[in-house]
Amino acid sequence: MAKGKMGSSVKHDVIAAEDVITSELTRGERALDLVWRSWLFIFLLGLIVFFWSQTPANSFLTGSNFKLIALNTSEVILLAIGETFVIVTAGIDLSIGGILLIAGTCGGKVMLALSGTHAQVQMGLYPHATTAICVGIAVCIVMGTAWGLVNGLLITLLKLPPFIVTLGTLGITFGLSDLISGGTNFFAPVPPSFTDKIGNGTFLGLYVPIWIAIFFLIVAHIVYHHLRFGRYTAAVGSNEEGARRTGIAVNRQIVKVYALAGFLAGSAAVLDLAIFTNISRASHSSDNLNAIGAVVIGGTSLFGGVGTIIGSAIGAFIPTIAQNGLVIMNVPSFWQEVLVGVTIIFAVYLDQVRRRRSSK
Amino acid sequence: MTALSVTTPNSSGVEPILEARNIQKHFGHVVALREGNFQLRPDEIHAIVGDNGAGKSTLIKIISGVFHADGGEVLLDGRPVSITNPREARVLGIETVYQDLALAEHLDAAANLFLGREMLLPPPLSWFGFLDKKSMKQRAEGEMQRLKIGIQSVEQPVQSLSGGQRQAVAVARAIAWGNRIVIMDEPTAALGVRESAMVLELMREVKNHGIAVIMISHNLPEVFAVADRITVLRLGRTIATIDTSDTSLEAVVGFMTGALDALV
Ligand SMILES: Nc1ncnc2c1ncn2[C@@H]1O[C@H](COP(=O)(O)OP(=O)(O)OP(=O)(O)O)[C@@H](O)[C@H]1O
Ligand SMILES: [Mg+2]
Repeated sequence: MAKGKMGSSVKHDVIAAEDVITSELTRGERALDLVWRSWLFIFLLGLIVFFWSQTPANSFLTGSNFKLIALNTSEVILLAIGETFVIVTAGIDLSIGGILLIAGTCGGKVMLALSGTHAQVQMGLYPHATTAICVGIAVCIVMGTAWGLVNGLLITLLKLPPFIVTLGTLGITFGLSDLISGGTNFFAPVPPSFTDKIGNGTFLGLYVPIWIAIFFLIVAHIVYHHLRFGRYTAAVGSNEEGARRTGIAVNRQIVKVYALAGFLAGSAAVLDLAIFTNISRASHSSDNLNAIGAVVIGGTSLFGGVGTIIGSAIGAFIPTIAQNGLVIMNVPSFWQEVLVGVTIIFAVYLDQVRRRRSSK
Repeated sequence: MTALSVTTPNSSGVEPILEARNIQKHFGHVVALREGNFQLRPDEIHAIVGDNGAGKSTLIKIISGVFHADGGEVLLDGRPVSITNPREARVLGIETVYQDLALAEHLDAAANLFLGREMLLPPPLSWFGFLDKKSMKQRAEGEMQRLKIGIQSVEQPVQSLSGGQRQAVAVARAIAWGNRIVIMDEPTAALGVRESAMVLELMREVKNHGIAVIMISHNLPEVFAVADRITVLRLGRTIATIDTSDTSLEAVVGFMTGALDALV
């Protein structure tokens, strides 16, 4: 009797100990999860506090500077949205910077050519500005979408890895852009009305490109979370063969996603022309880094299947805040690329750790 | 040998709902199927058995449109059909639980249940492809309850479920949509005793609803418990199709291993 009782009480103790262990584990896990989920905010906040403390008063932490940061981020946000969809399919698009450049180069050239005669434009007269702007915008967007389509078709029809295809089109688009532009700036800025209305235009206190980015963000969020398109994108990235066996047109979905990324790169080219009145290769060499950085820093897994549009948008602020702060600090802004590079590696490492934990 | 009554093609009088005739399939120089013959009656549970690599999965993947046969033909209701992709099989009312389940692990059970045929919100929202998540969730919950599949939430990513629960989701998906033929490739492989019994019970229920079932299993007692007929494959060849009630476990093992000669 006594023996039995003792046995049962020992058993009881063991169970209790196990309970403590498991609850402690889950508490630890929960804390880790919280850090994981909010590390981006903490990091951003740290970055802001750092720059605020390192720059003269009224230079970094001002409303007008933050509006400027947001303006500079608007392009990255468009690129990052497209990249998010691509990465959710377990693919990668390394060509969006090149697509932006070639779309902007062609769109800008067309805009100038249609604005008036060469002499008129050189004198700052743009008699047909409105038509020229509309056609130029269309060229940017069609161009961007077309290159995205090329990516998607090469990946699906030739069954090539996205990494190789888009690396190839990156080279092609950069090279062709320089061939088209002669490697120099346009002979004149794009029509001033384009810059005034879109690039420098404001609405409710914010620059128009910021509103455009917000609009795209909201639409993309809805598409990803509430439309069949978003669900198929995730299904393809999660289990391509499984998606195919449920009757999903997997290849068509992949083509659409790369075309979408191209479309957004073309739209970013429109913003780029409107903001900077010109376009050059030098200012787009780190677009890929910034966009892919924004996506992975934002919490989208490089392994596909899951992603977040809002996270990518927040992640898009890392490179622009870094650049802005470093310029004000008078530090060479090349450090920005270093910082983004390091942050990307850290973010992917965090994702790996999390995946290893959850697969245990 | 004499104790065995063998059903040779068309000897039963019941028109087969599905027939595979002399199917051949090779992958490079690996011959997966040399001579796949198979007949499915509309009101039966038909087991396909055979050793590893005998060609069972290949045969059902040809029926469900994943693979294209190199030779032979598939007939549905006596008419030759060419099922060139899984979507066509689904349209014909053929649903399959694949050996590797084919679930999108990052999506939840409800999303997987409706994958490829999502419910949409009413027009005009449906024109944009707006998902009717609420209805899908409700129907998924109903389906899980009806099939007595115990998962906490149908909104939990499938990757967070146990192996058995995942299998249950795959089985539920096939049963929910298959209205003519349900194919299950080792549906109980990852399941415990209780869960296996549940899946077998589901098979009987599906059959009672007038839907034919093809099951692949290495568990012969299980096969004898539910199947009406058994087709044995060996090295890519259909060796025999036997009524379960007329045969013994030893005989089936004999056909599988080659100790007994081919009948047909
Ligand atoms: N996709 C493929 N590519 C190349 N060879 C394949 C493929 N699928 C199957 N095979 C080969 O075809 C043969 C039959 O395979 P199958 O999967 O049909 O066997 P099975 O009877 O289902 O075996 P198991 O009981 O192990 O599931 C095997 O030799 C296998 O290696
Ligand atoms: Mg198999």
